[in-house]
Amino acid sequence: MIRPLLMVGLMIALPAAAMAADARRDTILADYAGQARKVDPAFTGFSAQRGESLFRAKWTGGDARTPSCTACHTDNPKTAGQNAKTGRPIEPVAVSVTPKRFTDMAEVEKQFGRDCKSVIGRECSPIEKGDYITFMAGQ
Amino acid sequence: MIMRIIFSLAAALLVATPALAGGNDWVPPVTDAVVQKECGACHMAFQPAFLPARSWDRMMNELDKHFDEDASLPADKAKIIRDYMTANAGDVVTKGRARKYMQWVNPGATPQRITANPDFERKHRFADKVWQDPKVVTKSNCPACHMGADRGLYDDD
Ligand code: HEC
Repeated sequence: MIRPLLMVGLMIALPAAAMAADARRDTILADYAGQARKVDPAFTGFSAQRGESLFRAKWTGGDARTPSCTACHTDNPKTAGQNAKTGRPIEPVAVSVTPKRFTDMAEVEKQFGRDCKSVIGRECSPIEKGDYITFMAGQ
Repeated sequence: MIMRIIFSLAAALLVATPALAGGNDWVPPVTDAVVQKECGACHMAFQPAFLPARSWDRMMNELDKHFDEDASLPADKAKIIRDYMTANAGDVVTKGRARKYMQWVNPGATPQRITANPDFERKHRFADKVWQDPKVVTKSNCPACHMGADRGLYDDD
């Protein structure tokens, strides 16, 4: 008797938590979209495909230990990563596996700042950030 | 007879000594949530007892050049971390392994690398292939081998 009730409770609670997280992620994406329109009036929307290219590209401008986002986050966003500089394990970055991903603007900004500098050797643009999150949200 | 007693006493001591020494391989764990989260985002949140307070002060002053990384943090978080690390530093708490580590720190020095402490080096003389293990990556990755490192426990070697 308890068990079906628990199941029903979970069926309501889990999607509710995921929906709240999705709403926070959408707010962050809307913020980046606003910034993107300011730098590029022709901006029409984020692209998961461009986000994937950013994720997989090999760069030469950054730290030699991290030529790509995949150096720490691995080739597969759904698997756990490992920090190439410190060895520390990293939770999967795919939203389907880690639903709380990209839901705290301060956290997202801090990490884009560090990781883009480390990999590309410069800041990521608002378009690149939105593309990246859009790609991971579909993973 | 006497020889035999001495011998078994010596044997008992030999057995007991590693256990005693092992019992010393701990430091108070990090209990602050901000320290755990912010320091622990990139590497293990190292226990403050491994460095003296002045070292943590210097580290928090130089976060924008943190071992060649820009690890800058908002001022409110940086202050919480600085306060916690200096209040629980090795020369303040002098508990567990901290006492040994502090013996090696020169009064005028502000060391930044825990792994450069002679007490660390003495206990970590391994073949290159141990350090090159892909799950180790770097000497500061304590939890790769010490399962209890996040809780301040290092006696599992
Ligand atoms: C040096 C290793 C490393 C590399 C390389 C790296 N990251 Fe990260 N990334 C991390 C760590 C560590 C975290 C924080 C821990 C966590 O969120 O699990 C993180 C988290 C993030 C976050 C925050 C996620 C969230 O849930 O808020 C974003 C955004 C991010 N990375 C983007 C990137 C991008 C874009 C690249 C490539 C340009 C990249 N990362 C390359 C280590 C790395």
